Amino acid sequence: MAGLPSYPSGSPRWLLAELTYRCPLQCPYCSNPVDYAQHQDELSTEAWCRVFSEARALGAVQLGLSGGEPLIRKDLSALVAHARELGYYTNLITSGYGLTEERIAELKSSGLDHIQISIQAPEKTLNDKLAGTESFEQKKAVARLIKAQGYPMVLCVVIHRQNIHLMNEILEMATALGADYLELANTQYYGWAHLNRDQLMPTRAQFETAEAIAQAYKEKVKGQMKIYYVVPDYYEDRPKPCMNGWGTTFLTVAPDGLALPCHEARILPGLDCPNVQDFSIKEIWEESPAFNHFRHFDWMEEPCKSCPEKIKDFGGCRCQAYLLTGNMKATDPVCSKSPLHHTVEEAIDLAEQDRVSGEPKPLIFRNSGNSKTLG
Amino acid sequence: MIQDTTRFGLSPLYRLQWEESQQRFVMLYPEGMVELNGPAAEILKLCDGTRSFIDMVNALETAFDTKGLRSDIEELVQAALDHGWITLLP
Ligand code: SF4
Ligand code: SF4
Repeated sequence: MAGLPSYPSGSPRWLLAELTYRCPLQCPYCSNPVDYAQHQDELSTEAWCRVFSEARALGAVQLGLSGGEPLIRKDLSALVAHARELGYYTNLITSGYGLTEERIAELKSSGLDHIQISIQAPEKTLNDKLAGTESFEQKKAVARLIKAQGYPMVLCVVIHRQNIHLMNEILEMATALGADYLELANTQYYGWAHLNRDQLMPTRAQFETAEAIAQAYKEKVKGQMKIYYVVPDYYEDRPKPCMNGWGTTFLTVAPDGLALPCHEARILPGLDCPNVQDFSIKEIWEESPAFNHFRHFDWMEEPCKSCPEKIKDFGGCRCQAYLLTGNMKATDPVCSKSPLHHTVEEAIDLAEQDRVSGEPKPLIFRNSGNSKTLG
Repeated sequence: MIQDTTRFGLSPLYRLQWEESQQRFVMLYPEGMVELNGPAAEILKLCDGTRSFIDMVNALETAFDTKGLRSDIEELVQAALDHGWITLLP
């Protein structure tokens, strides 16, 4: 109907396959669910191949292979080969830890299009502390191996209060490693990062200084290194258009086969996400209540309901709304129009108190022990 | 500067692919993609490293049975260069 805002309808373009929750590292900002240890089942090779085929038939073309640590799956190359044959652009999203020259060569001959590795910090002590595992030197060696095999070096560094003061050093490290792409991803507070938010959230001043340094560097290395800077939305006054609209573009499949409209959606109460072992991807995408839950605008509450900006940001992130307000239908409190916007300011205050207390709370590392206790 | 003899190739890691479900070509790259309209796809298909710019113009003018496409093609090729989809070949 003319004049009414229309909700984008579409088929999945992006499939994120979280192949496993197993991981040798223990990053306290990990976005995996805190209770991941309760979801240890993993889809078989055949089941993943079927998921890839069915999603491809619906129109998915970008495939992210992540986890946990996807390298732990022994069938990774077989999965890559199947996906590549289907015409996916295959992205391996790994910590890089444990990657060898032979494995890179094997993945390459299976048709892997691109590898992204992540480093926690630009120096050994902090990197190894944040990863919970000695891994710095090995990761730097892997970065070089990836380049030596003819892949561009795509490096991701997650930014938070423990490393944001090292922005200059991070940029220098990326240059020294010959990075072609650098993703500076400000932490998003889900999963373990939410648990450790007080210790991870930078102050506004820290964030602004770091951003200025990164933007200046971006200009300087233009043409040699592409820098993607992912802004933290806590310091914005409008939320992100989460997932480009619920159920319009993105499909995540968790290690146990749960199909999620957003990789955090497992936490939303009563959403009852379907499992790929029970339904086809087409049924899940088109008919499941979970994928239809936040499609369109009918579910919205005020102020989003009557806000003209809803076609731009879809009311923001459902998981963030739930984590901060306890109501998954609420306006994302990042929005300055939200009556609960103060919950964001309170979160910022709590982080500041932790920072100036002189006795910061200890970080809770992402591992099975902690997951079993806290999950 | 784009000259008659300039040749172009897709940048490393970029892939031009026909998408049956979308009935159009897309340009794929690490963690991203661009959906291309018909003319853009026709031009980018010719950036295969073998053709010079003037060959591309001639090929497209023949294919579409028209003249005077040069400046439109140049504009698109320049934009593709600026986006990093294609590179100049020596
Ligand atoms: S963020 Fe760290 S702990 Fe979490 S999956 Fe990635 S490497 Fe493992
Ligand atoms: S009120 Fe809702 S729709 Fe309006 S700008 Fe804020 S989050 Fe977006």
